[in-house]
Amino acid sequence: MILLDRVTKTYSKVATPALDRVSIHVEPKEFVIVVGQSGAGKTTLLRLLTREEKPSSGKIIVGGIDYDKLRDKDIPLLRRKIGVVFQDFKLLPNRTVFENIAFALEIVGATNHEIRATVPKVLDIVNLKGKEKRMPMELSGGERQRVAIARAIVRQPKILIADEPTGNLDPKHAWDIIRVLEKINHYGTTVLLTTHNQEIVNKLKRRVITMQHGQVASDRDKAEYNL
Amino acid sequence: MKRKFITFSRIIQAGMVNFARNAWLAAAAMAVMIITLTIVLFSIITNATFANTIAQITDKIDVSVYLKDTTSEADGERLADDLRELPNVKGVTYLSKEEALDRYREQNANNPALLSAINETDNPIPATIQVKPRELNKLQDIKDFLNRTAPKKLWEDVSYRDDRKSAIDKIAHATNILQRAGIVAVLVFTLISMLIIFNTIQMAIFNRRDELTIMRLLGASTWYIRGPFVVETIIYGVLSAFISVLLIHSLFVASSSALQASSLGLLDIGYAASYFRGHFWQLLGMQVVLGILIGAASSIIATKRYLKFKTAK
Repeated sequence: MILLDRVTKTYSKVATPALDRVSIHVEPKEFVIVVGQSGAGKTTLLRLLTREEKPSSGKIIVGGIDYDKLRDKDIPLLRRKIGVVFQDFKLLPNRTVFENIAFALEIVGATNHEIRATVPKVLDIVNLKGKEKRMPMELSGGERQRVAIARAIVRQPKILIADEPTGNLDPKHAWDIIRVLEKINHYGTTVLLTTHNQEIVNKLKRRVITMQHGQVASDRDKAEYNL
Repeated sequence: MKRKFITFSRIIQAGMVNFARNAWLAAAAMAVMIITLTIVLFSIITNATFANTIAQITDKIDVSVYLKDTTSEADGERLADDLRELPNVKGVTYLSKEEALDRYREQNANNPALLSAINETDNPIPATIQVKPRELNKLQDIKDFLNRTAPKKLWEDVSYRDDRKSAIDKIAHATNILQRAGIVAVLVFTLISMLIIFNTIQMAIFNRRDELTIMRLLGASTWYIRGPFVVETIIYGVLSAFISVLLIHSLFVASSSALQASSLGLLDIGYAASYFRGHFWQLLGMQVVLGILIGAASSIIATKRYLKFKTAK
């Protein structure tokens, strides 16, 4: 589902590379956790997958799409196949919760009927029923995070990328989010999660990729947090 | 097909919602656009009016070639035909001695002294070729032609000389400058105001750049993001076009009631007003098209930067 082959990303010629010959292979329906300290290259890795950045060298293939052969005008099509929960949520500030989630569907040309049928279901999954008409400014951090997750899963993507989705949350809400991700994974979506939360990593018992200085330091199944 | 239609109608809808929500921005951008379009419209009408004034002046000026009495009528007619072939000649009239005399009498009908002076001798008025030029500043061409090709013995004198020549040259010079200044003014005003409009819209888009980036990350296509902005600025353009036409219209209404004179210096307001009324639909159409073009172009260029994909490796 996701294949990185000796991917290197250098932001400037003199600096040490943000990613240094990283090779990762993720099977469909896998649940993978990427851990690593700040600056280890986690976010760069995710930005490469969403084609926000281009790799300096190496090959990336996601869902059968070879990024070397991807034309600019096809990038939107790629992004529609990947659900992303951004670290800073990236909600549209002047749209309601409902509109924010609906936007992901509007982009792909869903009918109003489809939107009215799908959005409430997703709101239900993330426990945001009754907050459809709120603006992002009126929500707590955890609620915004859940809106971001709802928006990422509403198109039922084959791949879900979540960048520190539990970052600002208390343990209870953090676990709510993780449960949602597990549920989505259970339905067949490949999940790529980055986190700092040691407890979550240890309890999940999933595949853990540890990044250090832009390199893959370890890649183990059913592993624990080992930084 | 259905999805495309849904997307298209969503873009239009979003543009209209944006227009309604961004009332202040709309007001600012439209104010600049209205000023631009009004200036452009005003310049066009002024230009047409000056062109008309210039045409009227040019029409009143002609060059007379006085033929020698020894020149036969056939030779005179031939010279007239040659002159008619010149590029700067609009029309040529050949007046025989008798016709020239008749005309002299007509022109001086209320000047008995001059008339009696002629009656006493036999016809002193030479046969005349009247040449109407197209452009005043190229009269010398006609004179050069006469000097060069027509044998001197055919004609005696040309009215384009001395005081008359310098007067005509001055008028020609002035009209020339007037025409050029008009065109330059239209171009300069259009350019300046396009820059201002472009800047206003770019500022508006800068305020919403996060929104553009987010849409991009969610996989919205270029036109899905840009479309609403283009729709919004096209609405500005169309509304501004109508308002500018309305402004000019009320300007003429006000000036016709407030000003007793029908002209301001060289500007013939009466003609300007009738030109505006006579070309009302063309001018309105032109303003609307211009408004749409300026609006669409500025929003397309202004959004470009925020829609680019990273290309650096």
